[in-house]
Amino acid sequence: MGDIVNLVLKRLGFGLITLLVISVIIFFMVELLPGDIAQAVLGQGATEENVAALREQMGLNNPAFVRYFEWLGGAVVGDFGTSIVSGERVSTIITERFINTLFLAAYAAVIAVPFAITLGVVVALLRNTLFDRVANVLTLTSISSPEFFLGYILILFFAVKWQMFPAISSLSDGMSFAELLDRTFLPALTLVLVVTAHMMRMTRAAIINLLASPYIEMARLKGAPPWKVIVKHALPNAWAPIINVIALNLAYLITGVVLVEVVFVYPGIGQALVDAVSKRDFPIVQACCLIFAATFILLNLAADVGAILTNPRLRHPK
Amino acid sequence: MSQFVILYFAALIVASCLAAYYKKQGPFMTLFSLTLISFVLGIVGGAGTLRLVATFAAVLAFAAGVSYAFREFLVVIAPTKLGKELKTAPLTASFGMFVIFTYGIAAIFAPWIAPHGESEVIASAFAPADENMLLGADQLGRDMFSRIIYGARNSVGLALSATIAAFAIGAIAGLLAATKGGWFDQFMGRFADVIMSIPSLIFALLMLSIFGPHVYVIIIAVAIIYAPRVFRLTRAVAGNVVVMDYIEAAKLRGEGTGYLIRREILPNSTAPLIAEFGLEFCFVFLLVAGLSFLGLGIQPPTADWGSMVRENATLISFGDYTPLIPAGAIALLTVAVNFVVDWMLFRSSGLKEQ
Repeated sequence: MGDIVNLVLKRLGFGLITLLVISVIIFFMVELLPGDIAQAVLGQGATEENVAALREQMGLNNPAFVRYFEWLGGAVVGDFGTSIVSGERVSTIITERFINTLFLAAYAAVIAVPFAITLGVVVALLRNTLFDRVANVLTLTSISSPEFFLGYILILFFAVKWQMFPAISSLSDGMSFAELLDRTFLPALTLVLVVTAHMMRMTRAAIINLLASPYIEMARLKGAPPWKVIVKHALPNAWAPIINVIALNLAYLITGVVLVEVVFVYPGIGQALVDAVSKRDFPIVQACCLIFAATFILLNLAADVGAILTNPRLRHPK
Repeated sequence: MSQFVILYFAALIVASCLAAYYKKQGPFMTLFSLTLISFVLGIVGGAGTLRLVATFAAVLAFAAGVSYAFREFLVVIAPTKLGKELKTAPLTASFGMFVIFTYGIAAIFAPWIAPHGESEVIASAFAPADENMLLGADQLGRDMFSRIIYGARNSVGLALSATIAAFAIGAIAGLLAATKGGWFDQFMGRFADVIMSIPSLIFALLMLSIFGPHVYVIIIAVAIIYAPRVFRLTRAVAGNVVVMDYIEAAKLRGEGTGYLIRREILPNSTAPLIAEFGLEFCFVFLLVAGLSFLGLGIQPPTADWGSMVRENATLISFGDYTPLIPAGAIALLTVAVNFVVDWMLFRSSGLKEQ
């Protein structure tokens, strides 16, 4: 047991270091701006005094690494400074939107994960039949389509032609849960389509890989019935790749959400990021990037740890 | 029972009988299952649904026919050795090649194909299609069809140059890391890890917010984001080649790193690298399309598929499908490249699943 804890701690440490390096990149990239933030905010026509005043107000006169540690210290306790454009606290702008985004991602994941894994296993068992080929072409098409293409197709049919779901997911306080699910159905469905295709292909590959291994052949040769081969021999070893597939796709979901939120005007953090980028509101951009990167790393970490926990062989690295 | 329904089923049954008579099992199964499916759907959904199924099947059959003809054409014009391999290509792969070929033609001859200029205002905003404009006008009254043709040049060109940049950086770094080894290898590996742990779209947005949405910023940003992926693969492929005896022999002969990479390693790792180039292009194309959809790609008035979708999205709420055409064009090219890459991977690995 001790060495598992050790391994997990080691992975966590690596994740933390990566996150730290990323925070350095995110922070110092903004420093690369020609001129500085104050100049960029006020534009070319600003007077020297105005720029100097803003610099003073934003604390830009301190050396960069001092500001970096101030920023990092704030970020750890959830304080990302104030927005340049609106002057609001970044944390108040982002918190609620982040929760909305997590809700959307969770909604999509709850539908996509069981669906994709079941389909992936079925397709792996029926490989090289007509069903498998059709599934292959369909998933490939879905992966190859940009998210906004799928989103607008769904809007065209489900919202405009058949009028079943709203095209724009406007959320308000005091909505019932059923209403919430109805309003966010189309964005969630778009994400489901993209993620399911990815997950199905990866599950199929993992299972086929497994079914080619000698111990499965052994089990078949000794006369075990097919369901027993799958449930008793293949499945316990398939958990590691499947957990990996799930975690990687959840990480993908977190970023795929940006385009989908813009298509459906969903009040999430992706939309906030895109708005901030076009307005060059750097504190918000930095905060959103850090949050996305942290989620991404966390899920990848979960994939690693899950794989280690379900596969004893990974516990003793050569 | 309309005339269409009777004709449709008669044609299907005659075709499946013919297939069965000539003992073509694959076509027979396809045709007959299509007949059964149409029968069930026709009862449930009526003639409208049946028409939809028939159109869908006809489009599929048409695509298959075009791909078949295109493959035969390629087999004839290609040199004998290449022609033999092309003969074994599945229809999906030749369909992919045909689509890529079409896009290439559209991109190269855009000014001659397109009836109007890409930023030429010729009608009122959102004017419907007429004999002058095939697909109607966009939000500023420019010809949609011409802009889609020009988009092939701009969007694909941008994605292609970004991919080439990413590939050049990644492949050179990977080859160097594999041949040199040591601290350089370690350092590049860790560096690639860090870049890859930032989601690509987010990283691109960060860079674009700082340096502004210019074409060269996009190319550099994409190159930085995707080079690590190419680096990893090249490093792995070249790593397998580096341990071969003939590399050892070349080293003992006193050849330099440049010679080793150019004459010994590269020729032995081209196949997976070409396939990787195709895959990488798909990712880059989708990323660039996403960026331009967000308004951060090629700036107007240059025609670009991603931004065209966004600008004309209001038409969708009136049930008009034209804004989806540029998005569909993106999807079609990506699917086509994927089909070709699938075939190339299959061929180079000699992988045969039973």
